[in-house]
Amino acid sequence: MASASTSKYNSHSLENESIKRTSRDGVNRDLSEAVPRLPGETRITDKEVIYICPFNGPIKGRVYITNYRLYLRSLETDSALLDVPLGVISRIEKMGGATSRGENSYGLDITCKDMRNLRFALKQEGHSRRDMFEILTRYAFPLAHSLPIFAFLNEEKFNVDGWMVYNPVEEYRRQGLPNHHWRITFINKCYELCDTYPPLLVVPFRATDEDLKRVATFRSRNRIPVLSWIHPENKTVIVRCSQPLVGMSGKRNKDDEKYLDVIRETNRQISKLTIYDARPSVNAVANKATGGGYESDDAYHNTELFFLDIHNIHVMRESLKKVKDIVYPNVEESHWLSSLESTHWLEHIKLILTGAIQVADKVSSGRSSVLVHCSDGWDRTAQLTSLAMLMLDSFYRSIEGFEILVQKEWISFGHKFASRIGHGDKNHADADRSPIFLQFIDCVWQMSKQFPTAFEFNERFLMTILDHLYSCRFGTFLYNCESARERQKVTERTASLWSLINSNKDTFKNPFYTKEINRVLYPVASMRHLELWVNYYIRWNPRIKQQPNPVEQRYMELLALRDEYIKRLEELQLANSAKLSDPSTSPSSPSQMLPHVQTHF
Amino acid sequence: MLGKGVGGGGGGSRAPKPSFVSYVRPEEIHTNEKEAAEKEVTLHLLPGEQLLCEASTVLKCVQEDSCQRGVCGKLVCTDFKIAFLGDEPALEGDETQFKNKIVGANDITLHCVDQIYGVFDEKKKTLFGQLKRYPEKLIIHCKDLRVFHFCLRYTKEEEVKRIVSGIIHHTQSPKRLKRLFLFSYAAAAHSSTPASPQKHTVMFDTLEDWRGELERTRGNMKYKAVSVNEGYRVCERLPAYFAVPAPLPEDSVSRFQGHGVPIWCWSYHNGCALLKMSALPKEQDEAVLQTHRSFLDGVYRVIHRPPYEMVRTEDLSSNFLSLPDIQTAYSKFKQLFLIDNSAEFWDTDIKWFSLLESSSWLDIIRRCLKKAIEVAECLDAQSTNVLLVEENASDLCCLVSSLVQVMMDPHCRTRAGFQSLVQKEWVAGGHCFLDRCNHLRQSDKEEVPVFLLFLDCVWQLVRQHPPAFEFTETYLTVLSDSLYIPIFSTFFFNSPHQKETSTGGEGLDVPSAPLHLLTVWDWSVQFEPEAQTLLQNPLYVEKPKLDKSQRKGTHLKHQRQLSLPLTQSKSSPKRGFFREETDHLIKNLLGKRISKLINYSDELQDNFREFYDSWHSRAPDYHGLLLPHVEGPEVRVWAQRYLRWIPEAQIPGGGAGALASSLLGVMEEVRRLQERVGERPQPGAGAGAGAGTPGLPRSARLSSLFPFALLQRPSAKPLLPTSGWKALGGEDDLATREDEFVDLGEV
Repeated sequence: MASASTSKYNSHSLENESIKRTSRDGVNRDLSEAVPRLPGETRITDKEVIYICPFNGPIKGRVYITNYRLYLRSLETDSALLDVPLGVISRIEKMGGATSRGENSYGLDITCKDMRNLRFALKQEGHSRRDMFEILTRYAFPLAHSLPIFAFLNEEKFNVDGWMVYNPVEEYRRQGLPNHHWRITFINKCYELCDTYPPLLVVPFRATDEDLKRVATFRSRNRIPVLSWIHPENKTVIVRCSQPLVGMSGKRNKDDEKYLDVIRETNRQISKLTIYDARPSVNAVANKATGGGYESDDAYHNTELFFLDIHNIHVMRESLKKVKDIVYPNVEESHWLSSLESTHWLEHIKLILTGAIQVADKVSSGRSSVLVHCSDGWDRTAQLTSLAMLMLDSFYRSIEGFEILVQKEWISFGHKFASRIGHGDKNHADADRSPIFLQFIDCVWQMSKQFPTAFEFNERFLMTILDHLYSCRFGTFLYNCESARERQKVTERTASLWSLINSNKDTFKNPFYTKEINRVLYPVASMRHLELWVNYYIRWNPRIKQQPNPVEQRYMELLALRDEYIKRLEELQLANSAKLSDPSTSPSSPSQMLPHVQTHF
Repeated sequence: MLGKGVGGGGGGSRAPKPSFVSYVRPEEIHTNEKEAAEKEVTLHLLPGEQLLCEASTVLKCVQEDSCQRGVCGKLVCTDFKIAFLGDEPALEGDETQFKNKIVGANDITLHCVDQIYGVFDEKKKTLFGQLKRYPEKLIIHCKDLRVFHFCLRYTKEEEVKRIVSGIIHHTQSPKRLKRLFLFSYAAAAHSSTPASPQKHTVMFDTLEDWRGELERTRGNMKYKAVSVNEGYRVCERLPAYFAVPAPLPEDSVSRFQGHGVPIWCWSYHNGCALLKMSALPKEQDEAVLQTHRSFLDGVYRVIHRPPYEMVRTEDLSSNFLSLPDIQTAYSKFKQLFLIDNSAEFWDTDIKWFSLLESSSWLDIIRRCLKKAIEVAECLDAQSTNVLLVEENASDLCCLVSSLVQVMMDPHCRTRAGFQSLVQKEWVAGGHCFLDRCNHLRQSDKEEVPVFLLFLDCVWQLVRQHPPAFEFTETYLTVLSDSLYIPIFSTFFFNSPHQKETSTGGEGLDVPSAPLHLLTVWDWSVQFEPEAQTLLQNPLYVEKPKLDKSQRKGTHLKHQRQLSLPLTQSKSSPKRGFFREETDHLIKNLLGKRISKLINYSDELQDNFREFYDSWHSRAPDYHGLLLPHVEGPEVRVWAQRYLRWIPEAQIPGGGAGALASSLLGVMEEVRRLQERVGERPQPGAGAGAGAGTPGLPRSARLSSLFPFALLQRPSAKPLLPTSGWKALGGEDDLATREDEFVDLGEV
């Protein structure tokens, strides 16, 4: 129900901005159709079906399929039961055959990427499911049918442009870069150095472009060490890259060794450079067989290497599958805890957080620069650098800061969203698929649970990001890297998710947010505090219903009350000063909603 | 050090048999008095409290950044507590705002001691009885889950012997009731402490109290308060006053010494009542059995006659938890929190969920909640009376009955209402606190945390529906701590009868006036007003008052709307799930008579599901019926109570404390603004903050352990798990696979 809820949020949007749009939230509701439609969304078909709801049993309804969504209305209550963007569909299967017996045994079973399955029963006569199957397959997996992904057809317009949120030059400037140790290079402008890196990179001042090219030959997929973040005070840095191409023979590369030494020398407080290899050491060793490996002591003298024991994409994928098994459709009851443990999901979360804490702590109190890599430096590495940055830099805990973080560490540095999510691709069993980004968002959620006042955004923000990770409504998460996006002109031809979010910011704000600059957040990576994100993973279960958070509600009420009193107080003061015929001293009118809670006025 | 330990042991066995009695001998106390006088600055003694023994140069080990540090000081044992008096003055800023006036951070009341361990040559052993050897380190596990490590290496041998054997003796050997500190305190504080009447909390020790409760719940049409047990003539297990069905002849109460008589607990607004009954004694004699049967028949005939609704009997002795189940589960469960060091914390962290599950404590909580929902379903959806039956009607009866009331009666979710409920169902209801808490150390077998289980169940409700309760989880936590503070009479007797006979003068040294015992509900004894505000839930919104013309009398404040007729309503029109079927079923069951036949029939389960699902599909009404979630992820560990002393589990600057401080901050601000605007604070707005918001420490110093500890870890260094990765079982082939299947080429 991703978009259903989205449109609900949108209804809160400001009154005065609905100028030329079809409706305020951009969703065109044609009453005769009774299906919400986005600009550019076209209806394909509709059909009477029986929706086999895992919670309430079979319900008669009419399913409408557009090029963007599957929408189901109940025939009995005439209410919307499902509103599913086709992008979340991972697999469509036929269940039962023309001759199978039993009620509702003939139909379609749809597996979704967002932890649910949809089942529809159809009439057995005349292959009634065939066209529904074909249409769904066609529009859910457009790539296999040479059709465009919906984001390219979407004509939604927003009053802010999300593509403008991340400007690398500005972001590096915010970090105080370039400085006399680090420079910005455009060597990758045409993706010639590394086709999965962004055009703009920050590298040591003392490394020449020629050095970079030579280093690139020794790093998997040319993903050389580049700066992700610099500590504003002690100037230690987080650098990311892929594994060195050591191989079985233990190859060495003087340029790479020298390059790491140059990085080390940008920080004079500690004589060593710390390298965090995100993988379990066994895997790092095993990688030598395929040409990879890790930085050995004898080749890299002034380095310290630690393995963070985070498992690979396949282990994570299987783990999430097990989570689905225990929460959908029914939630385990008395063996809940041991079932949860057996999924290992939270254990993985714990290891990722532990790794990120180590990185953050090393940079912050260890005063050592840190180099992070895994195999290719686009999965675990992105998790570690972005989480460490979230812990260290309060800017990334704001809504726009978080958007920048995602845009920078994930999108621009080539996390393979297209392969990991499989946008528009029918190959549901593709071994490249893995919930790495979801896992990162889960870690962020765990942090926001532990520090409820530290983040400007709320849970809904994180869930909206995840919904549109799959929906294909926006171009934000499409393709594997910047070079592909540029080829497809994504920023020109699609809308950004941040446009939607930033034009409705209030709905994504955490009322408890208290801005604290320079505060480092270390979550406690203990099972005692980690919990399954019930509101996300079990949100389809009506029994575990998300209630509006009462604490939040009450707080909002109080804030509103406070603002009312402030207004009244000002009116009183104004009236008083009018009496004293000295109106100039009254304070200027307050902004309607103060974003942060100040204790005193 | 090793030699010392051995020598001490030898000395102990050679020396004349240590006489523990000597610790309380007057001359001994006199000799100690001088020392006590010197120490007066630091050792705070309560009225009537006497120093028994002490040892100096004891090191208290504190965990800091995963390494242990020792604080040097003195360990003392009084007849009330074990206390550690550190030589280093506590930093002023380190004082928690939430200070207990009776029990300090380094005090352990004797009743709070759970297990004592000694460390001998790095090996931890349980200490009990007389020791042959004295340990180099003393580890005390407390019932409130604190863990203290005292290093005795630098303490004089003689002092070690005295303090260790003193502590063991005073905390572990069986005690007589009269030796409870309660009495010495009451005798000493007698004149100094004026009796502070507990406003609003109903004690249920007078006929009036019962009448008031009957009136409040509109149960007075069908039930009457009786004084047949005045002076405990009929039964010592029953309170002096209680309520029974109105037509029940009073002599039937005395027939089997109060057994086999349905006793009224509470009436729902549809007229249905919750009743309890202690089972008749198990008799082998057929003739006696026959008498029992006809007696029960008579009783049932009375309560089945209109205007009474049908009765469903819930036998809590079968088909439900047993006390040994609860005992076993809790002793496994608490062990998970009594953590000696950082390594232990991280070692257990990786299998945390399965450890939790194997204790089955959370499952027991779930079963209690489900049972209460079942009973609520009968009372609400089926309009049936429910009769709870248990052998003495004083353990699971108390638990289920009070849980049902918390769920169904919004008054029980106010502080006064909750306290009155505990008085009614537990204190007057004759729950054997003394035995269940093992306060006298007379039988470990009897020690079953039934009341704690109840508090944990209530906590689940508080967590799931915070705005529905006037009190906070902190209130529940400190209430659970109060179980072990022997200055309050509330939790130190097995029955009202026992309390009365022990304090009534008879058999006491001072035969004059009856002792004045404190009740735990006088929170000012433990907390300053500022700290007390943390017991008050700022989210609680009082029920909007009804029309003012209806106001009369003091009870009206708590009265609920009574929309339903008081005469028997055959079915509640609001929800009538399968009314006829269930009535039929109930009739069938009752036809076969009595309880044991009630199994989980499918129909009953369907009713439960339907009731449960339908309630949860609507927005909760915080002033109406309140049901908990019982699904796996929704039954949680009461982190505040169980994790609060574990430094590793602390989230510096995070956790609920951060939210609480934001909330209280803005409330205070609203209150001030209201004052400035010249308005009286509105109820439900700033008023919740009450007498004054506590001066909360800055949020950066708060942690998830708030309010029980401020930042314990002084540095900002994160704690990192020290344990490794658990083998991934069958996934190893996946684990070793490459992320990408592409050959990296250029090898």
